[in-house]
Amino acid sequence: MMLDIRDLRVSLPTERGLLNAVRGVDLQIARGQTLCLVGESGCGKSLTATSIMGLLTRQAQITTDRFEMAGQDLTRKPAAGLARMRGRDVAMIFQDPTSALNPTLTVGRQLTEGVMRSEKLSRRAAEARAVEMLERVGISNPAARLAQYPHGFSGGQRQRIMIASALMGRPKLLIADEPTTALDVTIQAQILQLLGELQADLGLSILLITHDLGVVAAIADDVAVMYAGRIVERAPARDLFVRPRHPYTRGLLAAIPVPGVTPRGSALPAIPGRVPGLIGTLRGCAFRDRCAQAAPDCAADPVPRHGIGAGRFVECVNPEEAST
Amino acid sequence: MLSFLSRRLFVAFCVCVTVSALSFALMFLSGDPAIAIAGAGGRAEDAEAIRIAYGFDRPLIVQYLDWIGSAVTGDLGQSIYFNLPVTEIIGNRVGVTLTLGFISFLVALAVAVPLGIAAALRPNGWIDRIALIIAVSGQAIPSFWLGLMAIVVFGVWYGMVPISGAESWQGFILPVIVLSYYAVPELMRITRSGMIDVLATDYVRAARAKGLPMHLVISRHALRNAVLPLVSLAAVQLGQLLSGSIVIESVFALNGLGRLAWESLLRSDLPVVQAIILVLSLLYVLLTTCADILNAVLDPRLRGAT
Repeated sequence: MMLDIRDLRVSLPTERGLLNAVRGVDLQIARGQTLCLVGESGCGKSLTATSIMGLLTRQAQITTDRFEMAGQDLTRKPAAGLARMRGRDVAMIFQDPTSALNPTLTVGRQLTEGVMRSEKLSRRAAEARAVEMLERVGISNPAARLAQYPHGFSGGQRQRIMIASALMGRPKLLIADEPTTALDVTIQAQILQLLGELQADLGLSILLITHDLGVVAAIADDVAVMYAGRIVERAPARDLFVRPRHPYTRGLLAAIPVPGVTPRGSALPAIPGRVPGLIGTLRGCAFRDRCAQAAPDCAADPVPRHGIGAGRFVECVNPEEAST
Repeated sequence: MLSFLSRRLFVAFCVCVTVSALSFALMFLSGDPAIAIAGAGGRAEDAEAIRIAYGFDRPLIVQYLDWIGSAVTGDLGQSIYFNLPVTEIIGNRVGVTLTLGFISFLVALAVAVPLGIAAALRPNGWIDRIALIIAVSGQAIPSFWLGLMAIVVFGVWYGMVPISGAESWQGFILPVIVLSYYAVPELMRITRSGMIDVLATDYVRAARAKGLPMHLVISRHALRNAVLPLVSLAAVQLGQLLSGSIVIESVFALNGLGRLAWESLLRSDLPVVQAIILVLSLLYVLLTTCADILNAVLDPRLRGAT
């Protein structure tokens, strides 16, 4: 396992009380695999990713039952362990490439500074690797471009540079937080293709956060669907698209227009209601107020988890039968 | 960078010309300068004689060119009161003000910047609260009161420092403390808010994700971006400190520019007033131009680099 997290909980103090944003998340990613974490805004997917990197604010309260990453057990001392692993074993790319590069430093400086420190590389060696990485992510004339500043590059190029920067330390696990959301559609496809190629070449494991099921279809081996701070369904990507089991997953898939299938001019099906507030304790199924199949049992706590074959589970009182 | 520099310097030159024209015009703002020089009891013939002697009968543009021509060669005219070259009078006074201003500026920066950074690292922490108290009190307490209290406590009661004058370096201690105390709040708060903004950016998160230790993240990634607004503010603050504080110089009996300006106004010594205004305005132009150039060095986007 490249990543094995059990019962991750993240709480943030707010003026109205403790916000339980992540409420017991399990994540496993095997070597060379891509897990997509999907869900709508505010479901806790970005917080999950940021807490794995150890980049949350000091105020955040994080607990886990188990936290193993790249062969190291971080359960006991996550902060100290992560400080050694960031930029080496695990790297991260962000949603908005225009703001993730420092505008006042050259691209070369930003690419090399991490490894010059962590691996004690000379500037020359670090720059050689930066050129190699830029070439790999498809930046033309990389040697000359090290001296340039980020604002001289387009959004897609900047995301490529961010990916190159993340690869500098030769990580085993890459966490990508909505890496294509800020890019236009053709560039999105290029970046996803690039991530796929890199994964094949380098044996990277990827945790990709997204709200876009199109991205999931393009790149995921496995999918974890997150709702209100919990993973409500986890499945291999193909199985999830073919046979979604959780009512929420079904709602998400139904909301995607399909050319030729969805009637023209008809309203897309939407999930009624709103996401529940996460301040204080939430008992029972968090989705039951919006769920068409809701029954009195749904208030039971904890919500039963049905394992269905290898690597697949759904957390629901009445999951859809496999036949549908 | 070169085109940025030439554009910026051209703007600075235009401002200089405007400023010089305005300070030249000040001479005529309070009425006929010849009558002013002749005094309340002066006769019309005296005024006429003065008008010819000082050249006030010539066309304005000629007078301006003549004045600016001498100004650039260092001749700012004669003081009416002292009957000495204005340059000499200002030269005698400027040292005290520059010393006081520069030292106060450095002290203020040395206090404000680290305090602002520390406050930003833990908003609402105890350092932040102390910083807030310093900022609020610095902005609320009038400087003449603080100056007098400092003299009473440290000069009179404890006798640690001289109570007035600039004969020895100890005479500068209290005025520097009081003057820098007024520069600290703004500098500190702009450092703090700049740091808080920058610390929340993705590139700071990305720098941490690279595995850089916190002190490098702060010094290399955060501070460089957070100081951009600080540089602009500091230039204006330095201008204020160097132009001399009438209150501080009066309270501590320092013979600086601030007092000279005040006294010259009372004496209607217009050439001196005019020269001080010109020199200080040009000082501001110099400082803001330097701040813009420094910002362009720090931020490649400003200098149009790729």
